[in-house]
Amino acid sequence: MKYGVNEQGYYGDFGGAYVPEMLYPNVEELRQQYLKIIEEPDFKAEFDQLLKDYVGRPSPLYYAKRYSEKYGANIFLKREDLNHTGSHKINNAIGQILVAQRLGKKRIIAETGAGQHGVATATVCALKGIECVVYMGEIDMERQAPNVARMKMLGATVVPAKSGSKTLKDATNEALRDWIANPVDTHYIIGSAVGPYPYPDMVARFQSIISLEAKKQLFEHTGKELPEYVMACVGGGSNAMGMFYHFLDDESVQLIAVEAAGKGVDSGHSAATTFLGKEGVLHGSRTILMQTDDGQVVEPYSISAGLDYPGIGPQHAHLYKIKRAQYASVTDDEALQAGLLCCQMEGIIPAIESAHALAQLEKMKFKKDDNVIICLSGRGDKDLDTYVKYFNY
Amino acid sequence: MNRLNHLFATKKDNLLSIYYTAGYPALNTTVDIAEALEKSRADFLEVGFPYSDPVADGPTIQNSSQQALDNGMTLDVLFEQLKDLRKRVTIPILLMGYVNPILQYGVERFCKKAAEVGVDGVIVPDLPMYEYESMYAKYFIDNNLINIFLVTPQTSPDRIRKIDELSNSFIYLLSSSSITGGSLNVSDSIEAYYTRVKAMGLKNPTIIGFGISDNATFTKACQYANGAIVGSKFVKLLETENYLEKIPAFIKSIRPVK
Repeated sequence: MKYGVNEQGYYGDFGGAYVPEMLYPNVEELRQQYLKIIEEPDFKAEFDQLLKDYVGRPSPLYYAKRYSEKYGANIFLKREDLNHTGSHKINNAIGQILVAQRLGKKRIIAETGAGQHGVATATVCALKGIECVVYMGEIDMERQAPNVARMKMLGATVVPAKSGSKTLKDATNEALRDWIANPVDTHYIIGSAVGPYPYPDMVARFQSIISLEAKKQLFEHTGKELPEYVMACVGGGSNAMGMFYHFLDDESVQLIAVEAAGKGVDSGHSAATTFLGKEGVLHGSRTILMQTDDGQVVEPYSISAGLDYPGIGPQHAHLYKIKRAQYASVTDDEALQAGLLCCQMEGIIPAIESAHALAQLEKMKFKKDDNVIICLSGRGDKDLDTYVKYFNY
Repeated sequence: MNRLNHLFATKKDNLLSIYYTAGYPALNTTVDIAEALEKSRADFLEVGFPYSDPVADGPTIQNSSQQALDNGMTLDVLFEQLKDLRKRVTIPILLMGYVNPILQYGVERFCKKAAEVGVDGVIVPDLPMYEYESMYAKYFIDNNLINIFLVTPQTSPDRIRKIDELSNSFIYLLSSSSITGGSLNVSDSIEAYYTRVKAMGLKNPTIIGFGISDNATFTKACQYANGAIVGSKFVKLLETENYLEKIPAFIKSIRPVK
């Protein structure tokens, strides 16, 4: 693949494995094994079977008729919100639990922002009877309380991350510290396309099912091999990477990634990484991150816990730098309005993360016959409180 | 000869190194603490420059780093503080911190500046060997600056050999796979690891760190290595009143004068 990772774990200038020596053996074991494992027929069979019977794949590619009329193009929603556990996160969690099992690991740790990845991880651990510890920022635990309860019901231990901004970045730090202390028996299921190599590549591969299906489904709908646009929201960037994956080499397809502008890109309360960030190292990879001139990581802000992250995955940083994908940003207000519009025009309550991608529709200039695929990465049940407060229902 | 290499050439055992975070507890205490430690007979020092996301550190050093950042510590401020370091302190000094602040400062500029103020070496836990070798080693070598690598109980013998090849001062042996501030628990498997490393006959001396907090753990570590490093325990001392006056007694409590 032209835009794939090289043998040293780099995408152009980005990627690598900037981990302390304590994590080197874990990451190295994974690097040596992951491709071998995921290409085994036995692995593939179990992965495909679980995606079909347990997750409910393929997820539909839904032709959104009223949206299409409003925006003057054919708008298709890739319905990852209909997956078991309510988002795309389950695709990667299933893949990684099968890898962990084959590596002989007895304990799983994960970080979570919105709680969707935590729920997905707790779910696959229940499925396999493996111990599960999820790190979650203390602030995120408050704003995503239903998902905390879900994880606990599924048998996971949820540990609040109390350092720093008490959100996703700090949960990731705590999970890394746990992995340092438990190097032999524990596998860390990273939920986004971030982290030291091979994580960004492994997560992208597991999420690539999204675009694999969408490509086929678009053909069934339209008889066209390729859409004009593919759009997705980006925090760390796993749903976007999955949504872009099988379109990367099709240069005619315009890839649009939508970041969270929070209260506005220049407000000082934002998570729009490509607008505000510079190159550096975060959570084990060289990427673009929001930081001070002195190289300290800046606390991001977004109303959406899943996008509230100061970096992006290294492959996104590469696609941004070489301009293969365009990176846009959408504010809290725009996202919430777009979320409500989706409820009222299409009868779908989207996750606030996914609503960022929908909000970008307002800013696009489509031609009449353009085919546009948007990843509806998750459902909005977990965000009801936020929606209700915002709209005073 | 680099001060660190001179030290290892003249003293072979019971070496005591102290780690502390620059800019903590107050912004301008960095050189005062170094001076007090030298007077108290510490052999060499690791001065941490703070980072917002120190994943290899436990709560004590996380807290000192955050406090130092809140106090206004940056690499620019630190190098300004260290400008007259060598008028007051003669023992070897290493800077220790994470890679991102160095990348923003510029690796080449960082190495030059460190050498200029009289720093002897650097410990960057999240700078991998591959990236060091392929991109940055030249700046370290040009400035006669030593890069210290870590070894853990899980590091393979092949990798230890490679680290030994790349090192030209000492190897930092982690007492266990853990973040800083834990307690040294010398189990059979850890003892086997120390013995295994010792038996490899490495060309570089070894220093044990992480979990060294008192005379018992220091003495134990020195059975297997040329010395040991105390970090979190010393940072905790800095949280107390009149800590400068307490430094001589602290050092004696770790390594009593014979």
